[in-house]
Amino acid sequence: MGRFRPRRPRGRLTIGPTLSNSKHLLVIEPGGSKLRYWRDVWSYRELLAILAWRDVAVRYKQAVLGSGWAIIRPLLTMLIFTFIFGVLAKLPSEGSTPYPLLVLAGMLPWLLFAGIMNEASNSLINNAPLVGKIYFPRIIIPVATCLVALIDFVISIAIFVVMAAWYGFLPDWRVIFFPVFTLLALFVSMGPALLISALNVKYRDFRYIVPFMIQIGMYVTPVGFSSTIVPEKYQLAFSLNPMVGVIDAFRWSLLRGANPLDWVSLSISIGVALVMMLLGIAYFRGTEKTFADII
Amino acid sequence: MTSAPVIHAEGLGKSYRLLHRDEGMRYQALRDTIARAPAALARRLTGKAAGNVETFWALKDLDFEVQQGQVLGVLGRNGAGKSTLLKLLSRVTDPSAGRATIRGRVASLLEVGTGFHPELTGRENIFLNGAILGMKREETKRRFDEIVAFAEVERFLDTPVKRYSSGMYVRLAFSVAAHLEPEILIVDEVLAVGDRDFQKKCIGRMSDVAGEGRTVIFVSHNIHVLRDLCTHGLVLQNGRNAFSGTIAGAIEHYTNASAQAGEKLYPNGKLVKRVAVRQEGGNIVLECDYDDADKQLDIPSFGYIIHDADGRPILGHNPVIEGSYAGLEFPRTGTVRATISQPRLLDGSYLVSIFLGDAYTTYFSEDHCVTLAIEGMVSAVQLPAARVGPVYPQVDYEFIGEGLHTRLTAARGEG
Repeated sequence: MGRFRPRRPRGRLTIGPTLSNSKHLLVIEPGGSKLRYWRDVWSYRELLAILAWRDVAVRYKQAVLGSGWAIIRPLLTMLIFTFIFGVLAKLPSEGSTPYPLLVLAGMLPWLLFAGIMNEASNSLINNAPLVGKIYFPRIIIPVATCLVALIDFVISIAIFVVMAAWYGFLPDWRVIFFPVFTLLALFVSMGPALLISALNVKYRDFRYIVPFMIQIGMYVTPVGFSSTIVPEKYQLAFSLNPMVGVIDAFRWSLLRGANPLDWVSLSISIGVALVMMLLGIAYFRGTEKTFADII
Repeated sequence: MTSAPVIHAEGLGKSYRLLHRDEGMRYQALRDTIARAPAALARRLTGKAAGNVETFWALKDLDFEVQQGQVLGVLGRNGAGKSTLLKLLSRVTDPSAGRATIRGRVASLLEVGTGFHPELTGRENIFLNGAILGMKREETKRRFDEIVAFAEVERFLDTPVKRYSSGMYVRLAFSVAAHLEPEILIVDEVLAVGDRDFQKKCIGRMSDVAGEGRTVIFVSHNIHVLRDLCTHGLVLQNGRNAFSGTIAGAIEHYTNASAQAGEKLYPNGKLVKRVAVRQEGGNIVLECDYDDADKQLDIPSFGYIIHDADGRPILGHNPVIEGSYAGLEFPRTGTVRATISQPRLLDGSYLVSIFLGDAYTTYFSEDHCVTLAIEGMVSAVQLPAARVGPVYPQVDYEFIGEGLHTRLTAARGEG
């Protein structure tokens, strides 16, 4: 039938050990090795890419409004926050910054964080058939969901650019640091996301806890107001929230240095994010082996 | 060829912890864990094991070897550990004890269409499923046309698979898997789906794979397919290696040892206590003793399938399909007796699978649970069952012509 090409002799056993054999030698035993895991993550990078693409494709196929939601949500939130904090509460903006831009610049990283938390927390459960039937490093699943959140993020940036142009308040040279702070926002989000995605496999309550946490988080994080209005004595406790440093950095970079770049709160953000990341990876790796048994 | 085996398992085992407190609940609510925390802490401090945790070995002390190019059929009844073994070898779950050494790239097919997304088109799902099964994008691209042709879905490539018929869905899914090029292929019971022609095509494809010197591990309840496809067999019984050797030997061991003649007792069974089958003249009588202490059944529906010695089903029935049972009363503890009148089976050995449940749920099922020996059920001259099938039909013949109308009736066939 000509359907089969002649196979390369790779892996075919000859007498005695050969290099091509030892290349695919796999020992399955309790525990398994750490090094192999990260090698596997690398060799499954195509799966990561295709799962991320799938999540995006499915999302835009299912939702009638598709990208419409990604525009409506930040716009509406911005309007409400501007009205409540800027108009009703008359909170001060930073220098000459228009209040809506202050809110929007803060919402960029916050919506990215919230999006990743939302998508990642249910990701393992949503992919239960995959987890139960196929081997791959499970960490790929929550990481792949980041792309969906990133695409919404890009749409939010477009909104910001349009609004900034409208107010004649386009960013200055500081915007070159924007990609660095975006990476920082991703880094801050990934640790809790990994932790919660793994916890959600065992304790299904987390699917209710996450939206609640995000709702609360939006008010204890300076999304709708400037962090400089927080009284001095609360500043340290306030900046333990890693998103505070990220949001301040976003505003510094996008709003012509409206607020000073606070190195202390930025360092605290990075420190807390690092701890969360290590914790997230450790817990994820520790429980990952049991996913297939309990999911 | 004497060389290192492709797969070598030594003392392989997998245990699960059975929590008796909330049976059937695998994941937990956080509040339960918090509520139990003091008790758990106390247990940990006193070093006392929790009384309600039981370790269950789904697979234990398993040793076996598979050589390059062998096609190994894994046999065993439900719960014997077949799926667990495949999950271990495909790394879906980690073993609790022992080790397995595997030389070569492994692809596993534990389910047809894993990861297929209903919203995506056939084309998109081919790439998605390919990546999930471990194919590189380039590889999938190269084989794309073959995959589509094999699945016979050319016209529907850009249709979301949620609009596919179940046959098309299965064909596409199997087709992607069939074009994997691993050195070792692990296949669970996936041929049970799809229509006959496609099943044949898949089996053909799998024997091609085997013919190319690739190693295949295959689980099926279809003894007929196993006999055709496999060179070697491994019989699992309660998670242990009960037999390993040639496929013929394995099938013999399985049908003889695993299905106990006539009657099987379950002294510790929660629902089913005894299953028995016997021939009574021209009839077959099946009995099932049950104890529905948990009051979960609204009718003790005792289902059964009679298979020939190769595992091909011949007939099956259960009381629920007989009609309405509303208003009737059934004992909570007792015996269901099913008398199959005049099934007219030819001499030979048959396997019986049984189920116990109600109209909604099956609570107990066991494949090839008991064997049934039939002798002299029909007293006529018997054609060989392997050639004409196991049922001796009741036939009236009429010969019409030249003013004659001669009848030959089948009354003589009675036992």
